[in-house]
Amino acid sequence: MNGMALQPVVLWSDALLFVLIAAIVALVFWARRQDALRAAWGRVLKDTMAMAAATVLAVFVLIGLLDSLHYRARLPAQPGAEARYAVEVLSALDALLSDLRQRSEKTYSAPLATHLFAREALENSTQREFPRLKHGGAHLGADLAGHEFDIAVRVSRGCAGGLVIWLLLVSAWCRWRGVAVVEMLKVGVGGPAIRAVLLTLLPILLLFGIAIAVGGGYHVFGTDKVGQDVLYLSLKSIRTGLLIGTLTTLVMLPLAVLLGILAGYVGGWVDDLIQYLYTTLSSIPGVLLIAAAVLMMQVVIDTHPDWFATAAERADARLLALCLILGMTSWTGVARLLRGETLKLRELEFVQAAQAFGVGRFAIMHRHILPNLMHIVLIALVMDFSGLVLAEAVLSYVGVGVDPSTISFGTMINTARMELAREPMVWWSLAAAFSFMFALVLAANLFADAVRDAFDPRASA
Amino acid sequence: MLAYIIRRLLYAIPILIGVNLLTFALFFVVNTPDDMARMQLGVKRVTPEAIQKWKAERGYDQPLVWNSAAAGGAKLTETILFSKSVRMFVGDFGRADDGRDIAREISTRMGPSLAIAVPTFVLGLFAAISFALLLVFFRATALDISGVVLCVAMMSISGLFYIIGGQWLVSKVWHLVPISGYSGGLDAAKFLILPVIIGVIGGIGASTRWYRTIFLEEISRDYVRTARAKGLPERVVLFRHVLRNALIPILTGVVVVIPTLFMGSLLTESFFGIPGLGSYTIDAINAQDFAVVRSMVFIGSVLYILGLLLTDISYTLADPRVRLQ
Repeated sequence: MNGMALQPVVLWSDALLFVLIAAIVALVFWARRQDALRAAWGRVLKDTMAMAAATVLAVFVLIGLLDSLHYRARLPAQPGAEARYAVEVLSALDALLSDLRQRSEKTYSAPLATHLFAREALENSTQREFPRLKHGGAHLGADLAGHEFDIAVRVSRGCAGGLVIWLLLVSAWCRWRGVAVVEMLKVGVGGPAIRAVLLTLLPILLLFGIAIAVGGGYHVFGTDKVGQDVLYLSLKSIRTGLLIGTLTTLVMLPLAVLLGILAGYVGGWVDDLIQYLYTTLSSIPGVLLIAAAVLMMQVVIDTHPDWFATAAERADARLLALCLILGMTSWTGVARLLRGETLKLRELEFVQAAQAFGVGRFAIMHRHILPNLMHIVLIALVMDFSGLVLAEAVLSYVGVGVDPSTISFGTMINTARMELAREPMVWWSLAAAFSFMFALVLAANLFADAVRDAFDPRASA
Repeated sequence: MLAYIIRRLLYAIPILIGVNLLTFALFFVVNTPDDMARMQLGVKRVTPEAIQKWKAERGYDQPLVWNSAAAGGAKLTETILFSKSVRMFVGDFGRADDGRDIAREISTRMGPSLAIAVPTFVLGLFAAISFALLLVFFRATALDISGVVLCVAMMSISGLFYIIGGQWLVSKVWHLVPISGYSGGLDAAKFLILPVIIGVIGGIGASTRWYRTIFLEEISRDYVRTARAKGLPERVVLFRHVLRNALIPILTGVVVVIPTLFMGSLLTESFFGIPGLGSYTIDAINAQDFAVVRSMVFIGSVLYILGLLLTDISYTLADPRVRLQ
């Protein structure tokens, strides 16, 4: 058998992420047919701030999705032998960034540097000097006088490239809508939100252009302790952040919705039991409960090494277990909220009417209560996302985060902070991780605000 | 009111039992003490004798819930459930892995934790409420909008960044205060000032926005319109009427936190080398000292339940119309 050039690998987290995307797409189609939902989403779509934030989020999601298409490359075939595949699991993003991934240095180097960060004893020399980087600035050869000029040229080339692509995009859009480009940018045909999307795309494309042009010859954000490119690590961290932010809510929601509505609608001992359950869980300080659960999960994983075929699978299992634990510990707040809201809904006329008609309990909960709670669920979902992305970094610092081999903002910060005491300081890993995290969380927060304003009738006051 | 408090305290008992059983299940049923011993000893040193010794040192060599080898009442008491979990109710937390008494350690570490947590809490509350009132006073102006944007931006920054950035700027670049450490007495001030300021700045974004929403909700009420119609200046309306009436929602979020201040802050204390309960917890997590983590979980929930009770009592103080029964 000849075999394919690569063997697709679907990690559990990939599968769940794609299920989640499919569910969101299905929900979008469903929401288009619901008048109230369409009106609310219409408000979000008209909000310039929300659309700008959504554009940034979409870029992050795209990177995360590319990083979720995993495969194992085929090893060079021996004639007559079965096709064999590499042990290492790579993703589509890795393939795109194979330059960045493979061009690692020996150890730390500053952003855009041509030399290593630390002095080393060189061969044929008694003095300790800064060795040249293997890749960063290697194309300059021995002549380093042109270093700054070279960077300036690359930056302007990147900007020009980004600008050209952006102009192509805008003119394509304008041709499709049949308007002049100038008019589009001045008044924003199709609403100011479209213009906001296009204007947000401009800096993103410029940054991409610069990163590609400069990254071709240098390490844009420098390299870390083992010489890996920090830009590559930052891009890889995005997937972990997105996974924790979304899968956790996926775990939490069914529990919170089911128990919240049951407690509020059925009442009686069911209510008492569920209330007892969530009061008990929420009385334990969050970090400690998570820490305790993660410590125990680590023991389970460490004592059963035979469950996982590859290191990637084990790291993936740890990531999923972390999402599960975060979900199990964070459903209480939403459940309490939903219970309160259900108590109010239960007394409203339409529910009373349904009861009078003899509609069954579960039918009422499903048909009449649940749809009226969806806005709370949605708001909770988007509001929690940014908190979870930030929590991941803290948990990794505490030592109960993702597997140390999983690239995430938390592990980046955690390894970089060891070097803070160095003189001069190694600041670039931290700076890169914090900036990427800030961009992701800020976009998520702004988007969440717009969603809340659009869906929550009280907040619009 | 006394009857109410007693009833609430009684209601806390089943919750604490639940917490206790949950931690017991997490620490002793999900993984048996043998599993923990194997992991802590490492692959090389695992022998049946080593595991037995490890368990005996920590008192984990008893049966989980029922000791059939013992006589009479000891069938129940000479078990892990009783000696490790039930005894927490009387304040006996056992010993940490380094052999020190946990209860004693907790009482000595409470001071430094409070020395950071209380000023951070008070200043943070004061700063956030003042900012929120300022934004509400200038509501729907450019100042308000830029203030809200600033809040959202500030709450989008990782708490780790505030600590690392603050330490770098104030201690390393400006050399104003020592980078970390702690000492007793008045000398402590120079160690405490930076963590407190960082704590306040780190929390101000989210809380200002939260208070602003509460005030805005309050300001659209009829009594505010009446107060304005009487000709009261906006300043008086805000401080006399809005602030007072917004106390109930504010208290709901704030009072519950007060008892948990004892627990200290994990991040701040570990970055600044403060010998408080937060750094105690984080060290225990890193060293996988399960006895300490278990004790902190229990104390944390006791304090949280206390906070809920205090919240209810504070309602009656803030609003004479509230009667507890």
